[in-house]
Amino acid sequence: MKQQNQKKAKLFGSRKLSFRGIKNFWVPKKHGGVFLKEYKISAISEGTVIDHITPEATFKVIEILNLDKRPDLIISVGNNMSSKQIGKKGIIKISGSFLGADDANKIALIAPNATLNIIKNFKVTEKKQLKIPEKIEGIVKCFNPNCITNVERVPTKFTVTSRDPLKLLCAYCERRMKREDIILL
Amino acid sequence: MAKILKQRNYHEDVRMGSFKGKDLISIKDLSKEELLHILDATSKIKGKELLKGKVLATLFFEPSTRTRLSFESAMSKLGGAVIGFGSPNITSISKGESLHDTLKMVESYANIIVMRHPVDGSVRYAAESVSVPVINAGDGVNQHPTQTLVDLYTIKETFGKLDGLTIGFLGDMKYGRTVHSLAYALSHFKVKLVFISPEELRMPEHYLEELRERKVSFTEIEDLEEVSQQLDLLYVTRIQKERFPDPVEYERFKGSYRIDKSVLLQSKQGMKIMHPLPRVDEISMELDATKNALYFEQAKNGVIIRQTLLALLLGTIR
Repeated sequence: MKQQNQKKAKLFGSRKLSFRGIKNFWVPKKHGGVFLKEYKISAISEGTVIDHITPEATFKVIEILNLDKRPDLIISVGNNMSSKQIGKKGIIKISGSFLGADDANKIALIAPNATLNIIKNFKVTEKKQLKIPEKIEGIVKCFNPNCITNVERVPTKFTVTSRDPLKLLCAYCERRMKREDIILL
Repeated sequence: MAKILKQRNYHEDVRMGSFKGKDLISIKDLSKEELLHILDATSKIKGKELLKGKVLATLFFEPSTRTRLSFESAMSKLGGAVIGFGSPNITSISKGESLHDTLKMVESYANIIVMRHPVDGSVRYAAESVSVPVINAGDGVNQHPTQTLVDLYTIKETFGKLDGLTIGFLGDMKYGRTVHSLAYALSHFKVKLVFISPEELRMPEHYLEELRERKVSFTEIEDLEEVSQQLDLLYVTRIQKERFPDPVEYERFKGSYRIDKSVLLQSKQGMKIMHPLPRVDEISMELDATKNALYFEQAKNGVIIRQTLLALLLGTIR
């Protein structure tokens, strides 16, 4: 977002202004005569921040954690933001809700580098590295086309038999999948 | 409540001395002690009407001769009744009924269910859908645990032990689920396994990986002659014609994997031969009357093992 705005500002030859920490860019009249505000995802006072999500997985994470079905929560999502660690990243901030480790670990499969920060009074009080759980339910598709989970409407269930290298055992057809076999549902 | 009881750990229950209310879905669900417990429990069966008033439902969504008949015979011998079907065409499945709904319906008619289905994992799913015990009689290419128990029982009865044997598997290692299950079950014991098959029908890597992890001593070869002097037992499986795109190839393999008296002469004296049946022409009929042939004995043992399983899971023996 920041990079895009800077590009735009350069393009329009605008001046950079700053007001209460929010950077603004004046776009000349012939191009519309408006302020472009550089929005960042604002800090939260209490809640959970999931950071360093691989951008392809950000919206999948929302789905897995059922955040799209929580009208009671204020959720900010940023994607394709620049990251020193992984180039581009996704970030999800959930105000007023503290995500438990069990819930968060569900996303470890699709966002292995993600970190979970618990925020209290604008400060990070707890930082957790995600860990792939022992059982994975309903996130991964079984790669065996003749497995019952691919024939009838049966939610998938896997046991993680090894984390490194990653190996999943289908509870139904008993086939073992490696990382390269994993397809998300 | 019944569901919760069913989900309780096998091992915990066996320590309590009971298989009552459990399912039998995969040979991998059983520990070495549990396998041996089932084989030993066969002695508690003889001539008793243990299951009088109980009903067994046999749901065969795929054809079967031995498995279905031996289950029906087992239930009848224990004084119970049998209901069921041998083809999905005559049921509501052909009208599009889901597996879950079919099972829920059968659950209210029977005390125990035996099921065979062409889809992998279908029987575990069926077992989760109902509260009565479910026995897997074959799910796709995955598992056929009662056949494995029959095979183990036959080996133990014949040799008096399961440790210290060298066992060859001949034929189709790729698709033969009886081979996969038996090899896994034997991994509990000190055995040497030899898989003899054409390159095209070799044991799939994921099964071999599992055996390696379980520290089983095994080799893979293409020619029986290389090892026939060392084998205590040869487990023969059918090479299915439809697995070969080229019928000429099939004819070639069929010839080289056929067991007759000349093969027996070159083998270790007293080498036993097993086959899960049906055979096509992998084993010459001239061997049927020899002391080496165990395959009809094996089929006969199907009844006592299945009687034992029915009685264990219904809780009339421990």
